[in-house]
Amino acid sequence: MTSIHIPFTREQVISLKVGDAVEISGVIFTGRDAVHKYLHDGGDLPPGVNLKDGIIYHCGPVVMQDEKGGWKVTAAGPTTSTREEPYQGDIIRKFGLRGVIGKGGMGERTLSACKESGCVYLHAIGGAAQVLAECVKKVRNVYFLEKFGSPEAIWELEVEKFPAVVTMDAHGNSLHQEVFASSQAELARRL
Amino acid sequence: MEDLNVLQSSLVEIIRKTSAEIPEDVHQSILQALEHEKKGTIAEAAIKIIDQNIALAKRKSQPICQDTGSIIFYVDCPVGFDEVSFTETARESVKLATRKGFLRQNSVDSLSGKNDGTNVGPGSPTVHFHQHRESEIKVRLILKGGGCENVGAQYSLPNEKLKANRDLDGCRRVILDAVLQAQGKGCGPGILGVCIGGDRATGYEFSKQEFLRLIPDRNPVPELDALEQDVLKTANELGIGPMGFGGKTTLLGVKICAANRLPASFFVSVSYMCWAFRRQGAILSNGFEIQKWLY
Repeated sequence: MTSIHIPFTREQVISLKVGDAVEISGVIFTGRDAVHKYLHDGGDLPPGVNLKDGIIYHCGPVVMQDEKGGWKVTAAGPTTSTREEPYQGDIIRKFGLRGVIGKGGMGERTLSACKESGCVYLHAIGGAAQVLAECVKKVRNVYFLEKFGSPEAIWELEVEKFPAVVTMDAHGNSLHQEVFASSQAELARRL
Repeated sequence: MEDLNVLQSSLVEIIRKTSAEIPEDVHQSILQALEHEKKGTIAEAAIKIIDQNIALAKRKSQPICQDTGSIIFYVDCPVGFDEVSFTETARESVKLATRKGFLRQNSVDSLSGKNDGTNVGPGSPTVHFHQHRESEIKVRLILKGGGCENVGAQYSLPNEKLKANRDLDGCRRVILDAVLQAQGKGCGPGILGVCIGGDRATGYEFSKQEFLRLIPDRNPVPELDALEQDVLKTANELGIGPMGFGGKTTLLGVKICAANRLPASFFVSVSYMCWAFRRQGAILSNGFEIQKWLY
């Protein structure tokens, strides 16, 4: 088990390889469909959101507000990442992201961007919303809540020992490509 | 009106239980999958987290998955049942369950992109009524997340690329193609609901109704039973595994039905349900109190 702390350094990114289990601690930001399209269309990050040497989490959490206006994440698993494939590579390069957390893996363009600028794809367990919500220790802020709605907003989260698996590394390896190729070959033998 | 208040409480409870508690049949098959996976692999670690998550969601009475999904009610009711009042109450129950955090603010206006936070709008929730000549009121609910919905697929046979003709072998080929294309993106290990035949709309509708069946049950139609067992076994030999990490469990179950088709059409509609298989239901009394849980 490898511990990752934010800021996530290039050296540490390079040391990771496909199949490594990691635990992430520090401040991360959620961002999914609306945010990726917005940033890709040239939108600016709101003041306070810093993705450099950071991690973006493909997640639309359930967040409840208490009477004092404080937020609490009550469910926070990953959403399917492949929808961000048209945007992710450019966003990794432009903002200096070191990690992307999601589920289901991503494609060729993201893999190239990971290799080129030093970034990894970290696969969280899809559907494990409660285990992962327990790792969210604090909601520090929220951005674009009105504009995009709660699931699509950027939530600034303090996480501790958030579990994930490296499935795309900075050396051009993708577990998703490997499993697709081997399962395709196995299926061909059974048709 | 008194009765409708009771109905609202019962529906909110059905929503809560569906969102927070995995049905026993599904949990058992996940535990079997855990036993099966090779020890020390990331596939095994994934199922362990899934199992912890199931326990935690139940204990905290919070959503198993943050994507609380499309809200699909199936209501079996006597002739003369007031479907209008039921639907209105279901909509109010969904709003209340959302305020309580059993459902995420999960419904977006497709034109404006706005999410009004209520989960109520055109098509949400969906209520399917089935009248029967009995007095029983049976309400079942499926919450189906978007990740698994996105990997569903509908094939029109013949499909030359997949060498799928209009026969059971052709059906097998396209169903297994859907499994291959889905990989881990639908949060596997998953469960397939399939309809052979129908039109484009009923095909998908019937495929989803297959999720109302229990995981270990067997299809009474011999040809479909054989196809279900074959697809399950073959899919689990492909090595896609939990979350697509590689491993022994790709699917937990396969459920297939057939509907009549037009001579010109031959659709095979495949719906994929994630491991977070949220399906519950209850028999309600005539005063709408929950009498008995169904799963």
